[in-house]
Amino acid sequence: MEHVAEHHPDHESPHTSQHVPEQRITLRIDGTDHELTVDTRTTLLDALRERAGNTSPKKGCDHGQCGSCTVLLDGRRHLTCLALAVAYDGAEIVTAAGLAGPADEGDLHPVQQAFITHDGFQCGYCTPGQVCSAVGMLEEAGRGAPSHVTADLEADVDLTDEEIRERMSGNLCRCGAYAGILGAIRESAGR
Amino acid sequence: MTANSVRAVAMGTAMERVDGREKVTGRATYAMENDAELDRPPLHGWMVTSRTAKGRVLRVDASDALDHPGVVTVLDHTTAPRLASTEDRELAVLQDDRIGFRGQIVALVLAETPESAREGARLVRVHEQAEPFSATLEGAETYRPDSSSVGSETDTEQGEVDAALAAAPVRIDHTYTTPHEHNNPLEPHAATALWRDGTLTMWDSTQGVHRVAATLAPMLGIEPERLRVRAPYVGGGFGSKGPPHGPEVAVALAAMWAEGRPVKLAVTRQQMFPLTGYRTQTVSDLRIGAEPDGRIIALEHAVTVQTSAIKEFVEHAAVPARMMYAGEHRRTSHRVASLDVPVPSWMRAPGEMPGMHALEVAMDELAVAVGVDPVELRVRNEPEVDPGSGNPFSNRRLVDCLYRGAELFGWADRPVAPRATLDGDWWVGTGVASATYPANFFPGNAARVTALERGRYAVAIGAVDIGTGARTALLQIAADALGVGVAEVDLAIGDTDLPFATVAGGSSGTGSWGTAITQAAQQFRADHGEAPDPGVQTTSTAQSYPDTEHLAMHSYGAVFTEARVHRWTGEVRVPRMLGVYSVGRVINPTTARSQFLGGLVMGLSAALFEESVRDPRFGHFVTQDLATYHVASHADIGDLRVEWLDDVDERATPMGSRGIGEIGIVGTSAAVVNAAYHATGVRVRNLPATSDAFL
Repeated sequence: MEHVAEHHPDHESPHTSQHVPEQRITLRIDGTDHELTVDTRTTLLDALRERAGNTSPKKGCDHGQCGSCTVLLDGRRHLTCLALAVAYDGAEIVTAAGLAGPADEGDLHPVQQAFITHDGFQCGYCTPGQVCSAVGMLEEAGRGAPSHVTADLEADVDLTDEEIRERMSGNLCRCGAYAGILGAIRESAGR
Repeated sequence: MTANSVRAVAMGTAMERVDGREKVTGRATYAMENDAELDRPPLHGWMVTSRTAKGRVLRVDASDALDHPGVVTVLDHTTAPRLASTEDRELAVLQDDRIGFRGQIVALVLAETPESAREGARLVRVHEQAEPFSATLEGAETYRPDSSSVGSETDTEQGEVDAALAAAPVRIDHTYTTPHEHNNPLEPHAATALWRDGTLTMWDSTQGVHRVAATLAPMLGIEPERLRVRAPYVGGGFGSKGPPHGPEVAVALAAMWAEGRPVKLAVTRQQMFPLTGYRTQTVSDLRIGAEPDGRIIALEHAVTVQTSAIKEFVEHAAVPARMMYAGEHRRTSHRVASLDVPVPSWMRAPGEMPGMHALEVAMDELAVAVGVDPVELRVRNEPEVDPGSGNPFSNRRLVDCLYRGAELFGWADRPVAPRATLDGDWWVGTGVASATYPANFFPGNAARVTALERGRYAVAIGAVDIGTGARTALLQIAADALGVGVAEVDLAIGDTDLPFATVAGGSSGTGSWGTAITQAAQQFRADHGEAPDPGVQTTSTAQSYPDTEHLAMHSYGAVFTEARVHRWTGEVRVPRMLGVYSVGRVINPTTARSQFLGGLVMGLSAALFEESVRDPRFGHFVTQDLATYHVASHADIGDLRVEWLDDVDERATPMGSRGIGEIGIVGTSAAVVNAAYHATGVRVRNLPATSDAFL
């Protein structure tokens, strides 16, 4: 306790950041290069949110269980909470913010517009992850990647409702907007 | 003034969510996402929690933590700023050495980065003295509370219940249980706080900004106007973000300690289980005595729940049995066990959800016992007036919901006997349950209308949109109340600097806030006419609307489900769910549909998956993340359909609407369990209905 009293709030921490193992990395985030100095313990999610100031990917569980932190990493959907930032030096990341144009005037990605049209969300917290996951999933299905419910592993993927539901089950929505999410992805898949 | 009813132009018309663009891009700013508004880098907090269920903190050894780079301080009960009031033991954070449950906040690390804060929390050594404790409802001593947590009577009794039950030709007598359930909004509870110049500003993930300010300001010893709470976006709540919990006090204390520098504190998903409320487990002893044709003679619903020894919360699960069905003899009661456990709180449709689950499964058992179709049984037990109060119903259309649902669902094709349909390896069945929820109206809301240039208006109220669609629906209400298009109205919400608003809870928000907006708009027109000068404004506080003291005002619904149960594995799938509701006027069909759908999904989730398991040896929930506390995922959901009756209830609100946020979860779990019974002949009386029950 006596230690506690030594630290007056007006002082900055006596322990400077030089004691923290740090590393410089470059991330290309939504089309812009970011040179970041990160604590080696920093997750990719915290690097995006706390260091690069991009709060589009959300922290819902920090344990890879909810999908809210999903981004497109080098073109594939990827959780950022179970990834250490230093392991992704040079990676290209697209968040839901980067899928759309600039904040006020830019066009939305067609999947984003479909989410709005079908009201595929309520609180919006899982939504950027759902959107990135949907975009990544449509690409996976387009190149024929099978899922757990795909009967014929050789054939082209037919994105049935069952396929969409299975492939989107890494993204939890506690508001229960699954019917709208399904509708949005059906439309995006051209059904 | 009392509001006049409003001509519906925007109201009743489907409208896309006005904040959709912000949400699909992730640019909507939640409680931890306001760094752009901070002029200094924030400190990051991380909570250290108790490992004993009851006892005392002997010493918090922070030496290793303080040696860790980046750690600025460790606050504990000896160093944290003092609260002016410690009466609320859940909120008396870091004020003394007492431990009331495992997982209680015993220290708070503040650091320059989240990584340092987290590691610092790991390095804090808390020396605790454990005392004997009790954390199990089974076999615990119970007491009779003064009232339920919504203020309803603890017990009611009409007629000669025991004699009528004893003499009844048909009797149902079973115990139904629901487990501990956690709200688990996808955005964890979190807040950013800044104490500067005698004012505390909080960006809080809350369902009620004014509620937080009114609760915390006196505890912090400051005037309410010195506590500004903002909640522009909130990532779900489902009740857990209704009242402030311990972490909000912790971050406020930290901000006062760090005067001038903002502090961010996110509750981890694991910490949410003990710290941010949950629905208590419920035990319902239900007895129904009926005539051979199914008409109820006597009904008893005796509910036993648990609460925390440090703060009472009584889940009012026996309340719906007071008004739902006819019957001359009736007894309802609530008993509570006080345990050394985390503090239970609000969760979507508190009372109604577990209570109606028990009642609606019991009704299904009665239908089987008397050989009457479950829809018809409910119709036969329609009361003419509210059996509990004797008051007339304002707009009771349960039977319409049941019949319309039966028609849409294809109920008539259903085989009477259970275990009658085998499709491959799947037993197939259908089930029904009724739903109800009171038309809650919370008084005291205020709204401000200001004339802008070019015929535009600004409307302001401190309401919060937690995902309900309030930001959109209130815009529609304001536009109609002013007689202009929605594009002519700027709506501001989510800030205690705006006129007072009650909490987004109890399905009261849109009705209560909308009434205030409507009254303010009508007063504005009375004050300033149809062509007001820019800048003129009217602020008014809503009067009670209307005099409903002698009316029983509720919403109703009917839920139909199909269940398939695998004959070898017991896996339960629900390929079809339908809900038909009577809720007054639906303000925005787009967002309302999502509310009902979300309720159905959460009800299905409760039926099949959700259960927080407490370890009686240590008093904590061992299921404390989303891998062990299962909520419905996309692959668990089948075809969902929602419809509502064409209704306008101008006795409820000037908009003709009642609330819609909670009724979708009510009865849904019972409809699933009843369908699983019809599929298999196995009656599940304890939620969740997991595979083992069918093997």
